[in-house]
This record gives sequence, structure tokens and C-alpha cells, in this order.
Amino acid sequence: MNGPKVIFTIPIFSGIKVTESIVNMWIIMAALTAVSVWLTHGLRVRNPSKKQLALEKLVTMLESLVKDTMGEGYISFAPYIGTLFIISIIGSLSSLLGMRPYTGDLSVILAWAIISFVLIQASGIKAHGILGYFKSFTAPAAFITPLNIISEIASPVSMTFRHFGNIAAGLVITSLVYGGLASLSAAVLSWIPNDFIAAIPFLQIGLPAVLSVYFDLFTSFLQAYIICMLTMVFIQMKAE
Amino acid sequence: MYADNGIYSDESRITKIINKTKGEIIMEKAIVLAASAIGAGLAMIAGVGPGIGQGFAAGKAAEAVGRQPEAKGAITSTMLFGCAVAESTGIYGLVVALILLFANPLIGLL
Repeated sequence: MNGPKVIFTIPIFSGIKVTESIVNMWIIMAALTAVSVWLTHGLRVRNPSKKQLALEKLVTMLESLVKDTMGEGYISFAPYIGTLFIISIIGSLSSLLGMRPYTGDLSVILAWAIISFVLIQASGIKAHGILGYFKSFTAPAAFITPLNIISEIASPVSMTFRHFGNIAAGLVITSLVYGGLASLSAAVLSWIPNDFIAAIPFLQIGLPAVLSVYFDLFTSFLQAYIICMLTMVFIQMKAE
Repeated sequence: MYADNGIYSDESRITKIINKTKGEIIMEKAIVLAASAIGAGLAMIAGVGPGIGQGFAAGKAAEAVGRQPEAKGAITSTMLFGCAVAESTGIYGLVVALILLFANPLIGLL
């Protein structure tokens, strides 16, 4: 298994490497923007189209999830949570199209976790004021302050590792199984004198699909859900 | 030698490398790689804890569904959330193993 390919290098700050993950993310972002423009084009109050009804259903589901988890007053966080969910799940599912999932890249998830971290701290400052925010670190006793700071910094790190680790483990295990099945089918077909037929990795048909259902569909959905849930829970805990 | 910068200064490092034969360097690399592979395997023992924890959570969730079948949806989503959080220690072990296997920092120290 290799890391993501470097597509090109921006020649500033001793070379910023633009990898496959980032380019894939740009493609997905462009596609999502196009779909959003298409979905929100021509919305009507009277006689709505089927497309608009489906979109309204999705937005209502998202808002009810945010309302159930965080409470009535936090509905303004729904767009961010929805964006995080959609970009995460589409990114992980893009491996079904043969793209390298950018959620299997540490830097991408770290960027999202830092955005969430800033949002969490900012909502804490907004709710308690700057003095109250710094005071909340000394609870319940003053000598606990370093531990509180460490646990605050640990939350984006653990969020990053959880999402990245799950997707990267899927990538590693899937590539190991593909490699193993290829050499196994080569060993089975080694008695055939024709080189072309003997090189067909026939065992790769069908068997990896079981892994794909777990690692691509289930894990993608679960990790997107988890990162959104954790962001919501931390924001609510900080703001209360 | 020790007076200026100790063993980590660049000059002493270069002389150290020049004085080694090629076979010695390969042998050192082989030892570090073997130890890294064993370390990656040992790091994955961390997978035991989350396995026990998730099994415990799933068992309790099954009990809860048996007691209250109408709350199945809420119980399942709570269980998945708890499982994913319990998984993080195992994921830390996995990250250490992945670093040792694919982005080994120890080879650069030779």
C-alpha cells in the first residue's frame, strides 16, 4: 500500500505538495456545488416539484437530528453539521468509484477536526463571555487546570484519529485481501501453460464485495455520523 | 568530540556513517525494520480492549431491546455511538502500527 500520489507541487514555502486526496476533494466539492445549485434552482411555495419535496425532507431530517441532540436553541449549527456529514460520507463512498477516499488522509480529517475545535471553543466563549470561558478551565479546582487544557486539546486529535484510522484500516485490509487473492489465484492457475489465462485473478471476483459492504458502506456512514454527533455534543457541553 | 555538540552534531554523525561498512548499515536497517514489524504487531494488542468493550455494549443493547422493543432505534444509535467512542483506544494502537509500517521514523535516526 502506498500513500496518496503527489499530483503537482506549488513552488512556495519550499514546495507545498498537492496530493491525490486534495484533487479528489476538489472534484467532489465541485460536484456537490453543482448538485446544490441544481437542487435549489426554481424552488416554489405553490405546487412544489418532487425534487423540492425530497430536498425539504432531507433538510427537515437534518434539523430534527440537530434539535434532538442539542436542543431547540442550537438550530443555527445545522448547516455546518450537514456540510460535515455530506462531505465526509461522499468522500468515503467515493472509494466505490475507484477514487482514493480523501477521508483516508490524516491531513484532511485534521483540518475538519480543527474547524470543529474552533467552533466548539468559539461557542463556549460566546455563551460564557471571555472571562467565564477561561474560568471554566479551573473547574472544579484550580490545580486541575492543566488536565482540563490537555483534555480539551485531545478531543480534536481523537476525532481525527478515529475517522482516519477507520478509513485507512479499510484501505489497508482491502488492499491486503486483493493482493492475497491475486497470488492465490496465480498459484491455483499455475498449471495452465498460457500466460495470459494464468494471469487472470479470478478469485478477486465477488469475494472482496463482502469487505466492501462493511468498510465502504457501513464504516463510511458510521464515521460521518460519529464526527457530526461528537461535534454537536461537544458544542452543547461547552455552551452550557 | 563530546565537548561541542555531543553525538547528535552533524559532523560526528557524518564521520560515524563514513566509518561504517555497507554491510553494517544494511544490518542496522534490518534490525530496525524487524523490530518495527514486531512493534507494529504488539501495538495491535490494543485491539483486545475495544473488542471486549464493544461486545459488552452490544450485549447490553440486546438486553435493552429485549426489555423495550419499541425503543429499538434509539438504543441502536446510542450503542453505535458508544461503540465508536470506545473504539478510539484501539484506533490509537492502529495508528501507531500504521506509522511503524508505512512511515517509519526510526530508519531516519540511523
